[in-house]
Amino acid sequence: MKEVAVIGGGMTLFRRHLLETGKELSFLATKMAMEDAGIEKDDIDMVVMGSAPDAFDGIHMKGENLLDGAAAVGKPYVRVFNGGGTGVFAPIAGWWHVASGVADICLVVCEEKMGNIYPHPQTAFRHIWDPILDRPLTPNLVWLFAMEMNRYMTVHGIKKEDIALVSVKNKRNAVGHPCAQLADPNITVEDVLNSEIMAWPVNRLDVSPPSDGAAALIFCNKDIVHRFTDDPIYVAGTGWSIDSTMWTNRDLYFPRYVAQAAKMAYKMAGVQNPRKEIDFAEPYDPFSYKELHHLEGLLLCKKGEAPILTREGVTQRDGDLPVCPSGGLLGVGNPIAATMGQKICELYWQLKGMAGKRQIPGDPRMGIGQAWGDIMQMATVMILRRG
Amino acid sequence: MAEKKKDWPPYAPGTYVRESDIREKKITYTWWEPEVQYSWSLGPAMSKFLQGLKNGKIIGIHCKRCKRVIVPPRMFCEYCFGPTEEWVEVADTGIIETFSISYLDPDARRIEDPILVGVVDFDGTPPHHGFMHYFGEMTKDEIKIGMRVKAVWKPEDERVGSITDILYFRPLKGGET
Repeated sequence: MKEVAVIGGGMTLFRRHLLETGKELSFLATKMAMEDAGIEKDDIDMVVMGSAPDAFDGIHMKGENLLDGAAAVGKPYVRVFNGGGTGVFAPIAGWWHVASGVADICLVVCEEKMGNIYPHPQTAFRHIWDPILDRPLTPNLVWLFAMEMNRYMTVHGIKKEDIALVSVKNKRNAVGHPCAQLADPNITVEDVLNSEIMAWPVNRLDVSPPSDGAAALIFCNKDIVHRFTDDPIYVAGTGWSIDSTMWTNRDLYFPRYVAQAAKMAYKMAGVQNPRKEIDFAEPYDPFSYKELHHLEGLLLCKKGEAPILTREGVTQRDGDLPVCPSGGLLGVGNPIAATMGQKICELYWQLKGMAGKRQIPGDPRMGIGQAWGDIMQMATVMILRRG
Repeated sequence: MAEKKKDWPPYAPGTYVRESDIREKKITYTWWEPEVQYSWSLGPAMSKFLQGLKNGKIIGIHCKRCKRVIVPPRMFCEYCFGPTEEWVEVADTGIIETFSISYLDPDARRIEDPILVGVVDFDGTPPHHGFMHYFGEMTKDEIKIGMRVKAVWKPEDERVGSITDILYFRPLKGGET
């Protein structure tokens, strides 16, 4: 297997609606990543596109619709998709294009336009439920996460105040992010607890917003990386795993599929003790409790311990284990696949010392990013390290 | 010596559009309302399950290799990947595995009277094993995880072979089984 470096990243503004089409957003993110890497379209061997359900955009098989904006014309091109897991699965696919030796340089573009659908992006989620067992009950997707959050809180005796701290941290962290949709330097735990109840125990400020946006990353074979940088960032490990679709037949308090994906990535990276060796983390945080749930799934703490670490400040940007220094989905926004921008681009920018106001102190050497999707069943994990 | 690169992203490309800009036609856009219909054949396992509901029964199936009763039933076990066999009727009682108090309709519109919804873990199946449904005859302050519940069925002549042949699950009263 070839060693794979990251040499460029790009990201658009994240907002509820953007004027630009999906193709145009892909172009903007790709151009920025190419500028960062110092390459042109001809330097790119292959392209991976990540984008979530077609129903948001309203364009079926939107991989084909987007490719012109992803520098893919005349090149091997594939779209990958596994729901919310896509934001980390697309870079995993980019990595394997290069790790396999098939491509020397692979561009990964992730795009989402959730603002296209009416009356609300939730309307698209009506079509992901099991048509026999679930749809006759007219479910809303927030129900699922409310049920999982309740199970997690009840098993461990966790208070909503402790979970609200995640929203506060991430929305404050997002203040330094130029693309952020919901940054708030003054938000408090009370603001979160007093925000509208959507589906108890989920309040409005526990939820990341639907967004339009795009992000891009460029992966490069180590053998030629010296042409682009003398300070490369490498992919240390990748992992992915999926659990049964029958989500009502398993205990939701712990995401065992995240642990399976994390173990695969740690083994590849030679990480023996994640809590000691991982310097910072970007777990998937579409809901406040998910950051905690995923920290436990990533084996960065014991089951039920993540709220304690949060309360003690360990996961703050200047803490011992900074978590979501980008501002995460809660602060920067949640254009599903394009959250590659917070989850993997951010690892690269932090490790490279390019994160500006978001930069975590010290000299981070290794970071982990993770996404999560489908019906509470898909985990995708990538670890990046300094050269 | 490593080069010092610029802070990144150096700018945030893209143009924010407000919902009001769309409503007031300040931007150029186009509109599309698809109309599609689907029909799903339900397969042997779900057909049996829904027929059971029509008859007021919750039907599961055995996985002999995993020594478990599976509800809702399927023709194969996704864990050992062997075929399942031997239908079994499961009690219509169990405990609340988890729940939510929802103020959202399927399109995320707000509703006044919250929906009590969750997962029932059925008696006679392995732990954490059941399906999603509504809860009733309890308030949002009374509902809790671990509460014992029982199905409230539609009258027999109104059942059609659907998950909604069960109206909701109500609290199991003291002494009742």
